[in-house]
Amino acid sequence: MTEVFGVPLLALLGQLVLGLVNGSFYALLSLGLAIIFGMLNIINFAHGALYMMGAFASWMLLTYFGIGYFGALLLAPLLVGAFGIIIERLLLQRLYRLDHLYGLLLTFGLALIIEGLFRDQFGVSGETYEVPEALTGAIDLGFMALPKYRVWVIGVSTLVCFATWAIIEKTRLGSYLRAATENPQLTQAFGVNVPLMIMMTYGFGVALAALAGVMAAPIFQVSPLMGSNLIIVVFAVVVIGGMGSILGAIVTGLMLGLVEGLAKVFYPEASATVVFVIMAIVLIIRPAGLFGREK
Amino acid sequence: MKTTRTNRFQIRPMAAIAALALTMACGAARAEISDNVVRIGVLTDMSGAYSDLAGPGAVTAAKMAVEDFIAKQKPGFKVELVSADHQNKGDIASNKAREWFDRDQVDVVTELVTSSTALAVMKVAKEKNRIALITGAGSSRITNEDCNDVSVHWAYDTYATGNGTGRAVVKQGGKTWYFLTADYAFGQSLEKDTTAVILANGGKVLGSVRHPFPSTDLSSYLLKAQASGAEVIGLANAGADTINSVKQAAEFGITPKQTLAGLLMFITDINSLGLKATQGMYLTEAFYWDMNPETRAWSKRFYERQKKMPTMVQAGLYSAITHYLEAVKAINSDDTQKVMAQMKKVPVNDFFAKNGKIRNDGLMEHDMFLMQVKKPADSHYPWDYYNVRATIPGAEAFEPLSQSRCPLIKK
Repeated sequence: MTEVFGVPLLALLGQLVLGLVNGSFYALLSLGLAIIFGMLNIINFAHGALYMMGAFASWMLLTYFGIGYFGALLLAPLLVGAFGIIIERLLLQRLYRLDHLYGLLLTFGLALIIEGLFRDQFGVSGETYEVPEALTGAIDLGFMALPKYRVWVIGVSTLVCFATWAIIEKTRLGSYLRAATENPQLTQAFGVNVPLMIMMTYGFGVALAALAGVMAAPIFQVSPLMGSNLIIVVFAVVVIGGMGSILGAIVTGLMLGLVEGLAKVFYPEASATVVFVIMAIVLIIRPAGLFGREK
Repeated sequence: MKTTRTNRFQIRPMAAIAALALTMACGAARAEISDNVVRIGVLTDMSGAYSDLAGPGAVTAAKMAVEDFIAKQKPGFKVELVSADHQNKGDIASNKAREWFDRDQVDVVTELVTSSTALAVMKVAKEKNRIALITGAGSSRITNEDCNDVSVHWAYDTYATGNGTGRAVVKQGGKTWYFLTADYAFGQSLEKDTTAVILANGGKVLGSVRHPFPSTDLSSYLLKAQASGAEVIGLANAGADTINSVKQAAEFGITPKQTLAGLLMFITDINSLGLKATQGMYLTEAFYWDMNPETRAWSKRFYERQKKMPTMVQAGLYSAITHYLEAVKAINSDDTQKVMAQMKKVPVNDFFAKNGKIRNDGLMEHDMFLMQVKKPADSHYPWDYYNVRATIPGAEAFEPLSQSRCPLIKK
């Protein structure tokens, strides 16, 4: 069998596919962060907690209301997105004119409160959410049996990521959004309701986090700590991709998933740190990130 | 509090002996319990990965122990309980322990889930000549390389849980093994201890992979284990890592073709994963709430307060604190060495352990139980999770003293 540095090629392929699955989650989460940062100038530290809320929302919908996975895929992002809009109206909108630090501190505090409440209610061991019936089983790729559900995750998140990119970069709505970021006063003068757009943007970014949460629920244990385990890596992804860059977030997310997958094959002990090593290197060479523009 | 420092000064030997005799005489004249209060510090993980198996439930168990002791024994001294969150970090744990010993006159620090915190606090306890009662941490280093004469390891260790489960699974025919190991002191101990048992029973270890702690996605490692073709995948990790391993092994169709052996699992893990995912798994526990009327009675009282059944760590903490307080009362002293001697002299007999004894390496030797997780259909009421498959006598369950690597054990 062909080998790469002592690892069979087929086994390597399997690990890369798994890396792509994790990359999909990174992409989806960092996309939400990038949109929020790009449009609102808020570093949303509550993103991990909102992702966790998405997972718990799908668990609650199933347990208390009997609504299954596909229903949750639609409902949970809506519910959590609405919660995001409430946060924006009540708290965040007061901070837009202040330094980034205020938004960061506020959202970090929110994350701690939300996680604390869930931890108090559910404990850290969390709850189990089954893989939906229609997506159980595995596809035989020849080199590995890939669970159908993981294929689904790659498919849905890639679709959502690129649809989001297309809306922001290619449509009229997207152009309003970009204009509102560039110069809010002027855009408002043209009759565009800027505060509404910003509110909806935050809601959408939050909904993306919740969507990632729903998709993660059948793979990872639904637990109050699941967000904080992931969020630091996701921030590294955003920094590497370039703060606020939509395409950067998507591509970097997928790419880092792959790099992490490789680390898990060749030196598993370093798999948790490899992302940060890359972040340090990128910051030295290109401080604005791979896809970011120097201001 | 009670250390005499005569040896630090260059005094002639006779004078030193006289001074020492004087201090001892003074000590005997007044009540021997320092400021007439025994202070117990529960240092645990209040909100992190191990807060379900120890955490707030451990604090509840400690409170119950103190309340029951005061109600039953009516001691002539006061007992105070303090607790703090060590966040699973060794430096935070040792700083807190230092503060408690130096400033707050705490006599004994207990619980100490996560081996790195236990190992750190044991050193501080030795330095300050106070007691560390360890119930939550598992590393067998606690009573081997790092043992000391002021620490007791109460509930379980990695040798006992790995040994019990490892042996049972090898005897069932699971001869070839592959390990998924959490990359820190505890996971490495667990892998090492279980490997010894597997080899001794005629099994073979094909390999292992060390994953960072904590990890959410363990599928890469599971695929390696799958590719190894081993009959058994040994999970040398704990808490959320174990939970995600079990869940993802089912997702990738690894189980039931290959068997999973949880080398350290707690009833809270089973509760969280559900019986469907865990049925048939073997695990070794020091305690199960539903074993006899005594365990049931205590556990139901615990359940009323905590809304969860106790883990072996929480039940063990109650047992440890009770034994400590009884020793203090029996000799009317909280002097570290005297209390340690008394605790070692009297066997432990309560709902948690029968005829348990504290060995000179600090290990509280007691029976362990091999459990098999029930099928969902066989579970008839909440928390009805285990069939007790075997009782492993203490002498067999724990590493024999003849193999001890503890410097206190003279061979």
